[in-house]
Amino acid sequence: MGEPKLNLSPRVSDEVRKTTCYMCACRCGINVHLKDGKVAYIEGNKDHPVNQGVLCAKGSAGIMQVTAPSRLKSPLKRVGKRGEGKFEEISWDEALKIAKDWLEPLRQDPQKLAFFTGRDQSQSFTSFWAQSFGTPNYAAHGGFCSVNMAAAGIYTMGGAFWEFGQPDWDRTKLFMLFGVAEDHDSNPIKMGLGKLKKRGAKVIGVNPIRTGYNAVADEWVGITPGTDGLFILSLVHLLLKAGKVDFEYLANFTNAACLVDCDPESDEFGLILRDDEGRELVMDRNEKRPRCYDKADIAPDLVNGWRNAGVTHKPVFHFMLERYLDEQYAPENVAEKVGISAARIRAIAAEIARVAFDEAIEIEQEWTDFRGRKHTKMTGRPVAFHSMRGISAHSNGFQTCRALHMLQLILGAVETPGGFRFKPPYPKPSTAHPKPHSKVTPGAPLDGPHLGYPQGPSDLALDEDGNPIRIDKAFSWENPLSAHGLMHTVISNAHAGDPYKVDTLFMYMANMAWNSSMNTAGTMKMLTDEDENGDYVIPKIIYSDAYSSEMVAYADLVLPDTTYLERHDCISLLDRPICEADAVADAIRWPVIEPDRDVRGFQSVLCELGAMLNLPGFVNEDGTQKYADYGDYITNHIRRPGVGPLAGFRNPDGSGAGRGDVNPDQIDAYIENGGFWIEHVPDNAAFYKPWNMDYQNWAVEKGLYDSVQPYLFTIYVEPMRRMQAAAEGLGDIQPPDHLRERLKQAMDPLPIWYAPFGEDVNDDAYPLHALTQRPMAMYHSWGSQNAWLRQIHGRNPLYVPTDVWEASGFEDGDWAKVSSPHGAITVPVAHMAALNANTVWTWNAIGKRKGAWALDDDAPESTKGFLLNHLISDLLPPKEDGMRYSNSDPVTGQAAWFDLRVRVEKVAAPEEAQPAFPALQGQGVGE
Amino acid sequence: MTQLPGPTPKKLGLVIDLDTCVGCHACVVSCKGWNTENYGAPLSDQDAYGANPSGTFLNRVHSYEIAPKDAPAQLVHFPKSCLHCEDAPCVTVCPTGASYKRADDGIVLVNEDACIGCGLCAWACPYGAREMDMDAGVMKKCTLCVDRIYNENLPEEDREPACVRTCPANARHFGDFADPESNVSHLVAERGGIDLMAEQGTKPVNKYLPPRPKTDAQPEAEIDVLAPLLSPVATEAHGFLGWLDKTLDKLPGGAT
Repeated sequence: MGEPKLNLSPRVSDEVRKTTCYMCACRCGINVHLKDGKVAYIEGNKDHPVNQGVLCAKGSAGIMQVTAPSRLKSPLKRVGKRGEGKFEEISWDEALKIAKDWLEPLRQDPQKLAFFTGRDQSQSFTSFWAQSFGTPNYAAHGGFCSVNMAAAGIYTMGGAFWEFGQPDWDRTKLFMLFGVAEDHDSNPIKMGLGKLKKRGAKVIGVNPIRTGYNAVADEWVGITPGTDGLFILSLVHLLLKAGKVDFEYLANFTNAACLVDCDPESDEFGLILRDDEGRELVMDRNEKRPRCYDKADIAPDLVNGWRNAGVTHKPVFHFMLERYLDEQYAPENVAEKVGISAARIRAIAAEIARVAFDEAIEIEQEWTDFRGRKHTKMTGRPVAFHSMRGISAHSNGFQTCRALHMLQLILGAVETPGGFRFKPPYPKPSTAHPKPHSKVTPGAPLDGPHLGYPQGPSDLALDEDGNPIRIDKAFSWENPLSAHGLMHTVISNAHAGDPYKVDTLFMYMANMAWNSSMNTAGTMKMLTDEDENGDYVIPKIIYSDAYSSEMVAYADLVLPDTTYLERHDCISLLDRPICEADAVADAIRWPVIEPDRDVRGFQSVLCELGAMLNLPGFVNEDGTQKYADYGDYITNHIRRPGVGPLAGFRNPDGSGAGRGDVNPDQIDAYIENGGFWIEHVPDNAAFYKPWNMDYQNWAVEKGLYDSVQPYLFTIYVEPMRRMQAAAEGLGDIQPPDHLRERLKQAMDPLPIWYAPFGEDVNDDAYPLHALTQRPMAMYHSWGSQNAWLRQIHGRNPLYVPTDVWEASGFEDGDWAKVSSPHGAITVPVAHMAALNANTVWTWNAIGKRKGAWALDDDAPESTKGFLLNHLISDLLPPKEDGMRYSNSDPVTGQAAWFDLRVRVEKVAAPEEAQPAFPALQGQGVGE
Repeated sequence: MTQLPGPTPKKLGLVIDLDTCVGCHACVVSCKGWNTENYGAPLSDQDAYGANPSGTFLNRVHSYEIAPKDAPAQLVHFPKSCLHCEDAPCVTVCPTGASYKRADDGIVLVNEDACIGCGLCAWACPYGAREMDMDAGVMKKCTLCVDRIYNENLPEEDREPACVRTCPANARHFGDFADPESNVSHLVAERGGIDLMAEQGTKPVNKYLPPRPKTDAQPEAEIDVLAPLLSPVATEAHGFLGWLDKTLDKLPGGAT
């Protein structure tokens, strides 16, 4: 029998449309193949800067999001009780009228609206809407995600990892990876690891769990959760003690040489000394006197202080030495806490020192620094680090992230070849970002952008009596630097009326009634609680989502969103950009297919609702609707002169790059170009970006800044010192007494480590740490409904390390009761050896509530799947003073998900995982 | 039953790098997507939103824990699909000739028109690399994207299997093992590529690159070899500054 004749060149598709993925937060470019007008196949876009053609499992499964039965079909009005999931379908006219009738009266009392937008990728737009409305109560989900990393990076050096910067994958020789969330920079990290593997560069993975990236790491450091900061400071101790520090870099490019006011009588005690123009002073090693740091002939001195009027003002570097040379950071003294032997810590420090200094690399490339000095080469310390959520989501996360940034700085491994590289528009120091704005005027917009970077107590969002202005208490003394807001506190604060009650909770893309909240059952109760009149304590809830998530059940009005393939979006430089170290870039989504149902892109709905509410910015002078839809806004909105949501193809002829007039055909130009725009950084501007005048001038030309703004990296953070000084009693704006001690510690201007607050438990009662990880093949927010992905990750046992497994007498198929100080769950267990000996973990958010996501009631996600959220309280156990503190970082308010301590006990298998909740009814997609 | 073609002029297949594979399943889903639309019957799913979702996949990633003595346990991600064996038992066992190995390039395929769904081939395959599609009732297996690699409707750079094109970590490589100068032959030579279950005598064309030795397997007692790099220059701030002062003076431009 001969071989059958095959058609080896079948037609692949009718058409390829290029847009941006939204199967997680990474924003890769995708080619969507269409056949007969339907999506047939999705692959990576080879020209796209983020993914260069590759695509992860989630991205390739995007087709199943379109056909998912969980897709909402039309606007919904609640007909049952809140939390039942019973709705009637209504028209958009009716839905918009309800929303208008609810929101219009609140314009005269804008604090009554809380508008929070979850995993939103249009924050520069949604915040603009909230600002126009006039409410101070706006943020996206950063507060319960990774604000510690972002804010620590901005305050220390003008940016952190992922959207802010990346390892120099092509040159680094030693790469050290601390815990990351898989949906943060997913494909780029895999691509980077592939490059390192190809070159044989060494990868060290620091993570209690050896899966994924840590499985391929050459060396695994199975650290105890919450101790990363202590481990890092031990490395700093060893490197400093051995003099393995880039002194030239520290002196010239960081504030290590800046003089600190050491006069205890001074109002500026502990702040950097400045000249009359407010610029930092350093000792000049040649002239032996203090001078402004940016003089052309300055030799900033790390060694000598300045003796003046009986006080010696010391450089920051002295404070670093005094702190980090202390034996408390010696490997022997941290080994037990961090779970890594002293010898191993020393070996890692030695390896870092060897690669950074013995294998330094040089690129022959001229550049000019901000002091006007010309250099003939670029010198690099080829050690790179990356980290995201793993070290952030602890109550010591901010300081831990700061410690990691400081480690990079003492090595001279930031913005130098082989190290960490910023992506335009970063670096951008905290002083160049907006400050938070919270001035409410009835019937008028807020006085400026909601979120920003406070420089001192006067920038906090406090009223005249010192009470928080925002419903989430962001920028209050409880968490002064809460740069991303605190979405996770909104429901509990609104329920408690602390600081005040709200009328309407308006949310988008955040599953607060399930996996996005701590104390999930408590949150569900808060959403359904009634007051003495039988009215809901939180009177009105509007929610927008594309899918029948658990949160839908708790809304009174549901505005159904489109899928990501049916909408306009801009991945904007004004928002969370997708640039590369060597290029500035932005991108769009556009409707590559039309929705087959009565759904609308949420941002387009906001354009219409904004006009109905007569919001400034959303109406023309004659009162008519300004933006027909989000696409119209993307094209025509002007943020600053010449700068709009999209930087590419500006001006009517498409010639503008960065700056330019509106181009009515801009979106078409993006589509023509594959869905994105990119422009490369000039070679002489590739490194040393904060100090490189060629970069600075280029950045101004492209509209990234309006004037050149070179600056020093701030190992010593003055805004923190200003908060700390207030806690010590300095200044007019004072914290409440019960917060003073914790502020004095947490707001330390140099990185410190302290034990996570949630660790303050009885070790015998709760001997284990409990963590979640996000699977690479499923997004925790909307993957579970995906017919392909749930076949890969449909179950989530609790993984238990060997000693605990054996001591508990577990066998395959067993179940365990897992208890924390807050609650208990009963769940299936599985053995895992490649795991920190005191840690258990599971996959995040596989567990679903019955009736949600259009899964059958007997789907394993709801019979065997579970959340650790039930074990995590939004409040810490009461203190001796009777106060209850939120379970979050005291600097930024980031939710401390990973401070969780538990015990496990073998129990008989229940019928299904506990706790179980009543099945949601219909949810707008069922019978 | 069915004859193998004998030595083929080309031996197309994959190199899978177990030192690099992070277990992300990108290859699994990209394969599912491409092959649902292309060669033969779609890859169906049963009970897609129910209690026991189960569908056809031509490529799956398994994860295995290895617990070496005196070293931390490791996790190895192991992607598995048809290895396009030279002595493919799935072909010789086929009663209808549906299962065959292409004479030109060695790709093992199922002619679905001739497949009676008896499942003998899946039983004969020692790797478990074939799956019966429950909707179509025919045997499905990796085609090495035979409808991509020669496809003139695709740009030349895309003429490789979907799993290789999509792999984010670059752990999958496609090429001709009959050509000693090919990328895959070089990789196998340089990295000591191995046959999976060589003792089965199937002569698989696909090769696996083994994980490199881990440095954390080093005994604690031996890891201080780098210690001289960390010789202290001082133990407290004052002494350190004295050392630094002298060191800076010795640098070009420093005080003399």
